[in-house]
Amino acid sequence: MTIIDRPEAETTAPATSGPSVYANPGSPGAVMSYKPRYDNYIGGRYVPPAGGQYFQNPTPITGQTFTEVARGTAADVDAAVDAGWKAFEAWGKTSVAERAVILNKIADRMEANLELLAVAETWENGKPVRETLAADIPLAIDHFRYFAGCIRAQEGGISEIDHDTIAYHFHEPLGVVGQIIPWNFPILMAVWKLAPALAAGNCVVLKPAEQTPASIHVLLGLIEDLLPAGVLNIVNGFGIEAGAPLASHPRIRKIAFTGETTTGRLIMQYASENLIPVTLELGGKSPNVFFADVADQKDSFYDKALEGFTFFALNQGEVCTCPSRALVQRSIYDGFVADGLDRVAKVKQGNPLDPTTMIGAQASNDQLEKILSYMDIGKQEGARLLTGGERADLGGELSGGFYVQPTVFEGRNDMRIFQEEIFGPVLALTSFEDYDDAISIANDTLYGLGAGVWSRSGSQLYRAGRAIEAGRVWSNTYHQYPAHAAFGGYKQSGIGRENHRMMLDHYQQTKNLLVSYADGPMGFF
Amino acid sequence: MPSDSVVAGPVPAGPAGPAPASVSRVDVTGAAADMLRHLGATHGPLMFHQSGGCCDGSSPMCYPVGMFRTGGSDVHLGTLSVDGIDPVEVYMSRSQFEYWKYTHLTIDIVDGRGSGFSIEAPEGKRFLIRSRMLDEGELSALGLVTRGAVL
Repeated sequence: MTIIDRPEAETTAPATSGPSVYANPGSPGAVMSYKPRYDNYIGGRYVPPAGGQYFQNPTPITGQTFTEVARGTAADVDAAVDAGWKAFEAWGKTSVAERAVILNKIADRMEANLELLAVAETWENGKPVRETLAADIPLAIDHFRYFAGCIRAQEGGISEIDHDTIAYHFHEPLGVVGQIIPWNFPILMAVWKLAPALAAGNCVVLKPAEQTPASIHVLLGLIEDLLPAGVLNIVNGFGIEAGAPLASHPRIRKIAFTGETTTGRLIMQYASENLIPVTLELGGKSPNVFFADVADQKDSFYDKALEGFTFFALNQGEVCTCPSRALVQRSIYDGFVADGLDRVAKVKQGNPLDPTTMIGAQASNDQLEKILSYMDIGKQEGARLLTGGERADLGGELSGGFYVQPTVFEGRNDMRIFQEEIFGPVLALTSFEDYDDAISIANDTLYGLGAGVWSRSGSQLYRAGRAIEAGRVWSNTYHQYPAHAAFGGYKQSGIGRENHRMMLDHYQQTKNLLVSYADGPMGFF
Repeated sequence: MPSDSVVAGPVPAGPAGPAPASVSRVDVTGAAADMLRHLGATHGPLMFHQSGGCCDGSSPMCYPVGMFRTGGSDVHLGTLSVDGIDPVEVYMSRSQFEYWKYTHLTIDIVDGRGSGFSIEAPEGKRFLIRSRMLDEGELSALGLVTRGAVL
């Protein structure tokens, strides 16, 4: 079945009944096909890019191009912003009930096509289909439902200033907002931003990452009929040609970005020129702290902690909160690390379309090259390579893909591999003496997005979680991203919180009506 | 093909202290210099700002001079001399430099998709940092003390 022939909800098999290995999209037996080309989506229809150019989109699984995508420019961004404002006249006035219904319908449509969306995202990004089936797409679905609920339940406010004077507080949408999406979770990261923006009544101009520009169009193909024309506009293209014109556009009311620090600064610079708010999520170098008592028993909790140690390899390490620094208490260091390395050795690398594969391909060639350059500097700095350390050649058509072995380096926290988000399956491992040492190392970083703490002691878990300067501290768990738990950064990791009702505040204005019910004048004149 | 890059001290004078002009912190490969010449013809004078953080963090971002505002939070790592175009200044945030100051950086280029707003992305190429540890002589000249043994 293809995305062009939109499948009915009931006809798509549940994920659990999927094949042993999904066929490459577009090949016989595949659950989905990409179109050969995607234009920009502006004002409710697909329109060719103003400049007439397209760029090739390869799958990192094989390195082969599978579609081409509009190379949007400032003129396309202009048209999209215009379309957004035109749509906003009506969309901004829809009732919360209407918008919630639409968000719920989007979620239902996605749920009915879970397998199709999961395979589409895997093919474009290179991540294992077991992740897209079990995490990316289900989380995206729930995200729409969560914000459908939030917007229905949101209350304004009434403040009684005095007997005759009342302040009414209303939530109002901002208008047209810009959103720039990263490539590590092409659909989920888009939905994290889209769901609250649409729930709040805004219209959106969305710029997908140039590494993963197409899977969002597969989602759009499923839900296009649910949204009024112009409410959601998608302009593809390169950062400098489409992203910068969007971020600097004088007629957007807010810009949201997930990415890295230099572009984050540039986006704030543009926002300062236009005096608009920004939300930024700029990554981290997340510590994962294992206190000695995790090894008190070799039970299922110990097993859970070893999985926690191995989570650096989830999504090939391409997660802003990748637990890429493991801090293990010295008294258990040798035994715990040995067990951890055993667990890492069991991570199955292979074809991302095989549901048993645990680690797939890095998203792009430049990402692969960057990871290899970090392995090089790690070795030069004197870090000890405990496992991995090389590009992986998986043979056959996968030889053209971008695979890296899960890698563990042992070293010191002041080394560059401990301080920079490699965004690959590369763990930087070190030891600590006691609680104070653990907190000191954990906080010795420019960033503060995520962290993990593992302990059987509730008080130690609590104290460490509060002491670590990070927006999300997973405590005896890691890599869970449910809606209803706020996600965002301390320090240089960004500004704002996603994934929670409070995200609505980032997409709403507060209107205050200050009303006097007094019969007479105030008495000044 | 290394250029005759020159280290300016951090601007304003920063953690590395004044640096002799003979010690280079940053260089550029021949292939990357070719791309800079190509981009310079379209965009005019160019500069780099080294990024950090997730996604395309750790990548050097190339911008036309004037597009990205540097400030007191940045360190000037050096100037790349590339034949045929204006000198290319290279910057990094001061906080990030604290962790990078023991390494020499060479800006290279690989096939890729870019991301961020770096101007080479539409060419199907991506600038990439390659690093080597500064040697004893360079560290000494830069006023840096060698770090202790590993672990």
